[in-house]
Amino acid sequence: MSPNLTALAYLVASALFILALRGLSSPAAARRGNIMGIAGMAIAIGTTLVDPNIVSYGWIVAAIAVGGIVGTVIAYQIQMTAMPQLVAGFHSLVGMAAVLVAAAAFLSPESFGILNDSGAIKVASRIEMALGVVIGAITFTGSIVAFSKLQGLVSGDPVLFPGQHWLNLAIGVVIAGLIALFTQSPEPQWFWIFTALAFLIGVLLIIPIGGADMPVVISMLNSYSGWAAAGIGFTLGNSALIVTGALVGSSGAILSYIMCRAMNRSFISVILGGFGATGDGPAKAKTDKPHKEGSAEDAAFLLKNAGSVIIVPGYGMAVAQAQHVLAEVSEKLKAQGVKVRYGIHPVAGRMPGHMNVLLAEANVPYEDVEALEEINPDFANTDVAIVIGANDVTNPAAKNDPKSPIFGMPILEVDKAKTVLFIKRSMKGVGYAGIHNELFYSPNTMMLLADAKKMMQDIGKEL
Amino acid sequence: MEVDPLVWELSIFVLAIFVGYYVIWSVTPALHTPLMAITNAISSVIVVGALMAAGPADFSIAKALGIAAITLAAVNICGGFVVTQRMLGMFQAKARPRPPEKK
Repeated sequence: MSPNLTALAYLVASALFILALRGLSSPAAARRGNIMGIAGMAIAIGTTLVDPNIVSYGWIVAAIAVGGIVGTVIAYQIQMTAMPQLVAGFHSLVGMAAVLVAAAAFLSPESFGILNDSGAIKVASRIEMALGVVIGAITFTGSIVAFSKLQGLVSGDPVLFPGQHWLNLAIGVVIAGLIALFTQSPEPQWFWIFTALAFLIGVLLIIPIGGADMPVVISMLNSYSGWAAAGIGFTLGNSALIVTGALVGSSGAILSYIMCRAMNRSFISVILGGFGATGDGPAKAKTDKPHKEGSAEDAAFLLKNAGSVIIVPGYGMAVAQAQHVLAEVSEKLKAQGVKVRYGIHPVAGRMPGHMNVLLAEANVPYEDVEALEEINPDFANTDVAIVIGANDVTNPAAKNDPKSPIFGMPILEVDKAKTVLFIKRSMKGVGYAGIHNELFYSPNTMMLLADAKKMMQDIGKEL
Repeated sequence: MEVDPLVWELSIFVLAIFVGYYVIWSVTPALHTPLMAITNAISSVIVVGALMAAGPADFSIAKALGIAAITLAAVNICGGFVVTQRMLGMFQAKARPRPPEKK
């Protein structure tokens, strides 16, 4: 293929990737979009394979086959509740691939055509490969840490130590300095040292960030994996890679922004981490307030006589795997003429859209699932709101108490419903922000203290 | 003087960021998880770089790194697209049986 034809093929691939993302604007068009993404990928790979510089195919085919089979098997077997760690794991692979490609380009620049007339690596290519390898390395180790936290291999609590931010800053400055040196003279030692430091800082950046900030972390790593790809795209002068990297990079950045906005926190404060680590607020003293407890029968009675119900799920529902029972209960209620809908907070769960996928898995029609802004005005004329596995995202302190750490965060206004059924394991335990939820002690709240799945099963039996 | 190819690449990059910005804002929040899965899959187009590294006939460290990168990217490409398709299938399935239920 002539170079022009190759470039045009990459252009087609880029356009297909854009259409793939565009398809996600509605569930109906999304599957076609995914097919376009697959087509774009096939074109990009096919075009590269016929490049005259690629002469040996045995290993390539073997590597594609092995990776492809492993990926497909994982994708078919993964539980929907484990989606956040799967995505984190996949991000780490993109990061590592970027590191490997950049290292390969550094070791044999002639295969990539990035030598200048005097036989050294071009200056622009030095910068590009340095950025690609550093961002890739941060993506890799950062995603491994995120994966370990989500999978429960390590505690999800923030890991903090004195001087943490100064250490990170110092490492960042050293990396920048080494990249500058490397651009002046591309000595191998600079390349390997800043790569090693980038691996290290990837770990240090993610350990202080706690479990419930994971939606931001995953989005951020998503963004990094895109920028790493774009960096490599510049090294290769490959438009498909540059365009894709830019698309993915901005996608992750926008998701991070949406998540931060939904928590009313700045991106910087999330990155600095440690949120919820200091649980000794004044709010802790309030535990002796009276609350009302109910049983599954009480809940079922209330639900049967309700005209409309809104269900607010959170990460606890995913942990308890309660989505299927929940869906059965709401089907029973619907059959009895009760209007049932779901209200989803943007940061419910451990990644953007986590709850939507779980409810979709449980066959909840997506028209019944509404976002925060859509559902909030309806709580006031709703009979029963069920909170299942969520906490902070319903805490009225976010609106009423300027001293609360979550003040200003948009919440689902369940407190406006006539009755709130709050499913929780026990009265002990605070939300992620380390504060108590006044909602528990409100006169219109009935606490259902049990495992979420067990409680929903019991309510289902009573209906 | 001719324009450096880098400038063209930079132009493509910046324009693609703008395209990304507008396209991503149009994604419905309900599909944010599939969005992450599919962006993951397409960012593995980095495999084209790995293919260049693995292409030469003679064996070298660079070639070995390329082969390793192809394997990782292939996990991601297949895994990412398949899991996206699986998730989207869940969203799809219920769209049809709904309307007759409504009065």
